[in-house]
Amino acid sequence: MRVTRHLVALAAALTAALTLATACGGSSGSSGSVGSDGKLHPPKLTAQKSLGQRESAVNLIAWAGYVEDGSDDPKADWVHPFERQTGCTVHVKIAGTSDDMVSLMKTGQYDAVSASGDASLRLIASGDAAPVNTALVPNYKDVFSGLKLQAWNSVGGVAYGIPHGYGANLLMYRTDKVSPAPTSWGAVFAKDSPYKGHITAYDSPIYIADAALYLMRTRPDLGIRNPYALDQKQFDAAVALLRQQNANIGEYWSDYLKEVSAFKSGDSVLGTTWQVIANTAQSEKVPVKAVLPSEGATGWSDTWMLSAKAEHPNCAYAWFNWIVSPQVNAQVAEYFGEAPANRLACDHTADRTFCADYHAGESAYYKRVWFWTTPIPQCVDGRKDVTCVPYAKWVQAWTSLKG
Amino acid sequence: MSSLSRDPHPADGRPGGGTPGGAPGSGRGSGPGRTSGGAPGSGRGGAGGGAGGGPARGRRAVRAVVRTLHRRPRLRLALLLTAPLTWLVVAYLGALAALFLAAFWTTDPFTSNVVRTWNTGNFRQVLTTSVYWHVALRTLGTALAVTAVDIVVAFPIAFWTARIAAPRYRHLLVVAVLTPLWASYLVKAYAWRTILSTGGPLDWALKPFGLHGPGYGLPAVVIVLAYLWLPYMILPIHAGLAGLPDDVLDASADLGARTWRTFRSVVLPLVAPSVAAGSVFTFSLSLGDYIAVQIVGGKTQLIGNAIYSDVTLDLPLAAALATLPVAVVVLYLLAIRRTGALNSL
Repeated sequence: MRVTRHLVALAAALTAALTLATACGGSSGSSGSVGSDGKLHPPKLTAQKSLGQRESAVNLIAWAGYVEDGSDDPKADWVHPFERQTGCTVHVKIAGTSDDMVSLMKTGQYDAVSASGDASLRLIASGDAAPVNTALVPNYKDVFSGLKLQAWNSVGGVAYGIPHGYGANLLMYRTDKVSPAPTSWGAVFAKDSPYKGHITAYDSPIYIADAALYLMRTRPDLGIRNPYALDQKQFDAAVALLRQQNANIGEYWSDYLKEVSAFKSGDSVLGTTWQVIANTAQSEKVPVKAVLPSEGATGWSDTWMLSAKAEHPNCAYAWFNWIVSPQVNAQVAEYFGEAPANRLACDHTADRTFCADYHAGESAYYKRVWFWTTPIPQCVDGRKDVTCVPYAKWVQAWTSLKG
Repeated sequence: MSSLSRDPHPADGRPGGGTPGGAPGSGRGSGPGRTSGGAPGSGRGGAGGGAGGGPARGRRAVRAVVRTLHRRPRLRLALLLTAPLTWLVVAYLGALAALFLAAFWTTDPFTSNVVRTWNTGNFRQVLTTSVYWHVALRTLGTALAVTAVDIVVAFPIAFWTARIAAPRYRHLLVVAVLTPLWASYLVKAYAWRTILSTGGPLDWALKPFGLHGPGYGLPAVVIVLAYLWLPYMILPIHAGLAGLPDDVLDASADLGARTWRTFRSVVLPLVAPSVAAGSVFTFSLSLGDYIAVQIVGGKTQLIGNAIYSDVTLDLPLAAALATLPVAVVVLYLLAIRRTGALNSL
């Protein structure tokens, strides 16, 4: 009998705990959504009008290589000068994928994030990102106009961040193990690859777009016009291609250090990469080369966004202005291997031809590079007669194709 | 938990309820209760007297409290358990309950915000999607394989540390077994990433035999997890073997049993509960692991990875998925309880 009584007490306590969890768990109900017109309706938030007293710290979420304090490479340090100048201590959390960034921002513990286009609109729609008053960022005036108020960093003419820079996902290979040198993404998608078991790919659902981009050229019958606007048939073809690729994959990567170590040991010899990873591997004497294949590539255009729950907004604004200032923007662009956002940065790169090499400000070049965008049911290529596969389905397909 | 583990014993016909959790509340509990209630009281009384006669009223109050506590075993138990039980219920069961509840919600497909609409779609999805079944079965197989490897490796080591090594070294050997637990999990996993890499130390060592290492993948995961959890298997077996009375072994020998027969008919049955106790650790720790899988698993997905990849964007689905390993562990514990292994934990 006593056992029963104990169980009853336990159940009562459990119910109480449940009620408590229900009361304080979950996220806020006030979030925007994508309307039936395909337009974004973010929750009403207003940007701050003026800057206040700077706080003592700032918490950032960033891609590897964006917030360097000299610990990875003594020559790459733009954090310490910032701290000395502003008194804001920088805390950084490195994220491996856009999905990580979205979920980290939802914790409300961070002030700002270097979001790519496949995260930015989600953050705006969910109310996790706040509008940014660009007048409070003096260096914004020198940002390439082609990057201002674009689809991935603004809604209805309201800026939601400060452009950071942009670049392409490249194909990296071990020069001593892979020959002939690959010039096409076909090298990673070939069915009978001689490099079976040593091919690597980026571990994120957005990688499905890389397969779609390859199909855009090799299967014109599918009619893919934008790798982020896939109807069911096109999507299935891309997933089938990735399923076939899975047999040849050694491992997937989202931690850039893991990819460096895999290329170093030879466990991976061929696969997608970022320029910064190729640079890091080369600095560790790994014989690798990164190329932009003939089909073009997926890529990113990153934006520093402010959290709607930022505890240190003034330090975050100071960081925005710092990271797009000509010298620092040049440093970070050169370190990461991407085009800078600030046109004056081109005068400050150590390599004089850097901006030309990375096609900074050339919109024609970036017709070949498809910036990461979140797929939504309303096809982003403008088609009205079909429904496109939304990102949630991409996530499920990614889990299932890995088996 | 205490009430759950106590209830079978009266049914077994064993007197008095053997588990520690059951003791204080049951009739037999008055024994330990008396000592714990009485000793501090008398001690404090003595201290008061020694200090040159403290205020008599204070002493009387203390005595009253001691007497009340002495007369009311229930009150004693309540005072003893309120704090830890509150912590257990709120922090542990509360978190589990919140997780289970979240599995019935859904997310906005675009913003990934949790939408609190009650539905069972997540469970339906987990149960009807074949990839989740494959991943769950692969995880189960991995956990069983890790447990088997650990038993095979741990038994001889434990036999040596508990029965063969000179008694004065046994404590040192146990400390040596425990030493790897002081190193960080990540350091050990990354060390294995280096060992297992193409052309790495393992390949190099196996080359003279015309073999090569397994590379990254499921076998690598089993090796690394078996390595990581080995101490948790050695310790219970060591304790079981150390507690084996010499006379049963002598009796077996006297009755003409040879080594193998003694091992099979005497040692193994007596130590089996310890092995099962160790397997509770190796099995459940392997079932939930996802970090070692990420480091040495190549493209392998286990259930922890599936949960981890969903937790960022689709918490409700991850919560539904997370109930799978919980269910498996509960089933495993129920099975283990039948062996009596939970008594030797």
